[in-house]
Amino acid sequence: MTGKNRENYNKNYIAYVNSFDPPTKHFKNCFRAFIVGGFICCIGQAIRVIFEEAFGLYGDELSAAVSIALIFLGTLLTGFGVYDRIGRNAGAGSIVPITGFANSVASPAIEFKTEGLVYGLAAKMFVVAGPIIVYGVLAGTAVGLIYLFL
Amino acid sequence: MYEPYLQLLWGFLKAFVVGGAICMIAQIVINFTDLTAGKILVTFMLAGVVLQGLGLYQYLVDFAGAGATVPISGFGYLLANGAIKGAEKGFFGAFTGALSSASAGISAAVIFSFLMAMVFKSKSKKN
Repeated sequence: MTGKNRENYNKNYIAYVNSFDPPTKHFKNCFRAFIVGGFICCIGQAIRVIFEEAFGLYGDELSAAVSIALIFLGTLLTGFGVYDRIGRNAGAGSIVPITGFANSVASPAIEFKTEGLVYGLAAKMFVVAGPIIVYGVLAGTAVGLIYLFL
Repeated sequence: MYEPYLQLLWGFLKAFVVGGAICMIAQIVINFTDLTAGKILVTFMLAGVVLQGLGLYQYLVDFAGAGATVPISGFGYLLANGAIKGAEKGFFGAFTGALSSASAGISAAVIFSFLMAMVFKSKSKKN
């Protein structure tokens, strides 16, 4: 239940419901997010080092290749159902890295495949990624235009 | 002779700490608000755009490498960076820069997700 809806209910009832809510374990949550997020970034760093040494990539090409590799891993683990299991414990540690972005694209694509290839798989793919791209393009282009006129 | 290995290890440590710290900030925000995963992703992406717009995120990328580029704020950094580089070429560059720099990530997400959706079946969600 989200915060806004709770205000509409009877106050006694809310207090009663809240008494059954498990207390949020702030420290534990944050520690897990730190460890898992840091670990995923280390995998990214490892891929970066390997691509740099093995294929001689550098600069923008290197970052693009690392992103592609991590997104592949993210979608693959989502397909096997492993990523959701990690996410249940890691919270933001699995959401914020680029693998979480890949998970947010792959997960609805797999889930809504049964509703058809167009309005199921393809449309639902952008449930979470759509807003990121929309506001990313808006903000990014705004920055570009500001730099153009400065 | 251990110098390059130490350098490598130091790089991993920086990536771990900075990447972990960004995720921990997100977790703190989740703990104290009711933001869903989608809103967290949009917020952190926008934070990356704004920070790079001010020219600050570049320092973090230079310092932490993958620790700064792997979190979603690195995606925002990429968008802003592309737009800024495009703006140096003119109006058309400023318009196309953002998306063209992010094209690898978006294409990869779409293509791999489509392939995975073809291969895998939806798992029943056991909690």
